[in-house]
Amino acid sequence: MSEVLVLVEHVEGQVKKVTLELLTLARRLGEPSAVWTGPGYSAEAKAKLAEYGAEKIYVADSADIVDYVVAPKAELLAQLVSSASPAAVLVAATAEAKEIAGRLAIKIDSGVLTDAVGIGEGLVADQSIFGGGVNVRSRVTKGTPIIAVRPNATPVEAAAGAGAEEQVSVAVSDAAKAAKVVDRVKEEKGARPELTEAAIVVSGGRGVGSAENFSIIEKLADSLGAAVGASRAATDAGWYPHQFQVGQTGKTVSPQLYIAAGISGAIQHRAGMQTAKTIIAINKDPEAPIFELADFGVVGDLNQVVPQLTDEVVKRK
Amino acid sequence: MNIVVCVKQVPDTATERKLRSDDKTLDRDAADGVVNELDEYAVEEALRLKEAHGGEVTVLTMGPDKASETIRKALAMGADKAVHLVDDALHGSDALGTSYALAQALKKIGFDLVVLGSESTDARTGVLAAMLAERLGVPQLTFANKVEVAGSSIAIQRVTDYGYDKVEASLPAVVSVVEKINEPRYPSFKGIMAAKKKPVEKLGVADAEIDAAQVGLANSWSEVADFAAAPPRAAGTIVKDEGDGGVKAADFLASKKFV
Repeated sequence: MSEVLVLVEHVEGQVKKVTLELLTLARRLGEPSAVWTGPGYSAEAKAKLAEYGAEKIYVADSADIVDYVVAPKAELLAQLVSSASPAAVLVAATAEAKEIAGRLAIKIDSGVLTDAVGIGEGLVADQSIFGGGVNVRSRVTKGTPIIAVRPNATPVEAAAGAGAEEQVSVAVSDAAKAAKVVDRVKEEKGARPELTEAAIVVSGGRGVGSAENFSIIEKLADSLGAAVGASRAATDAGWYPHQFQVGQTGKTVSPQLYIAAGISGAIQHRAGMQTAKTIIAINKDPEAPIFELADFGVVGDLNQVVPQLTDEVVKRK
Repeated sequence: MNIVVCVKQVPDTATERKLRSDDKTLDRDAADGVVNELDEYAVEEALRLKEAHGGEVTVLTMGPDKASETIRKALAMGADKAVHLVDDALHGSDALGTSYALAQALKKIGFDLVVLGSESTDARTGVLAAMLAERLGVPQLTFANKVEVAGSSIAIQRVTDYGYDKVEASLPAVVSVVEKINEPRYPSFKGIMAAKKKPVEKLGVADAEIDAAQVGLANSWSEVADFAAAPPRAAGTIVKDEGDGGVKAADFLASKKFV
């Protein structure tokens, strides 16, 4: 069976959940080979990757590879595609990994598919387009398929792989060193999970009414271990930072559970959350389009409903 | 500074968007065409850089005849001139084909800086700027929420999950912008009138030295196998809050094993 390369996403040495999802998916398509880039590789990381099926782990842990924007990682993957002739390359559908996939596609003259929510027989990818209105099945017709898969699209299953480690020496070319990262600025976001990766997202919209009142959204999110999102109306009003915007010009999330509080559900918002598995809506307007998507909806004042829900969640833990 | 802004015409999100049943490409006639929203931020950023550093802003659009509406809008905002890459041979190009065609046109136009939106609202691949940097062999400065140019140096803030990266490079370069980098101006009446007199050069595949075997639907690197309207979500349970809405929502969460 051919290898399937999986580009590992990690933060502070911890393998992210989306990588375990990709390994789970890769097992169905071939032999998963994890590709670790940048510093932070450890025995713990190795064990995690093997636990979820990595037969091989390519380790390219030089700092050089993360000191420049995107290009070195694409170069490394191109090198591995050339040496390992994999059946496919899987990356997470994050902003950066999609860019890596894009540059890789040009380097190896292969097609790339983005935002897959599943991969079936013959490496046909399922995609949800136009704000969730149309389901498409696409495939790569030239070269080695490169597929970016959305976080939370695949239920994670452990199945041990050999985890054979292979150090990869990397000589980042001058061409790939054109855009240098000179500083990384971490903005305070507390202990909450990352928006695009979170299994549960609680979002607030116009109905929240003020920046101060977003605390009731945050409290519900914290009771569920969820990430906090916001509609464009809320970020435009300056009530919540822009990087938490869910929707067409913001983040696309595909969580197990999405709770929309005070969000009407305009198409621009739906484009960013419609593939959530379960949707709960809380809105005082019974005509709000968000209720068309909701598995469960409460018509009411979120100032009453959300704190009560938070109390109940805490109580029932 | 010679700035080229890549602008895409996309179907209005507020209208129903469809794929064509015959060749499975976007049905551009079914919906009103509008300027891709993030590209408006790109035009604005290009205009601001020109205002600060001098030079010229050229709009580059690839698309059918109808895309000239989008060019007019960008010119009305204040861009100086435009190039419209238009040829039936380009129809149905995927991201690889599109990036190749645009890169060829950019080489022909010449540039110090290419600016574009970080994503389009129709295809939403978010890969084009990176692909252009790869094809042109210039620095990739993408997902910028701040751009600063000083002489031949350029620095951006690249938005990341944890905050942002400060990134430095030398011109020429490709920059993609995110929302909130600026507030795009509305075209003034004077701007709209002036736009009608600004030069728009049409380039075909041969004019831009594009190899026709690398573009178009038949030569794409990927294809749509099939598509269908998403099945409507099953109607949910909607309750009116009578003082126990939160409790009922918690019951629902419990029934789905979230609590």
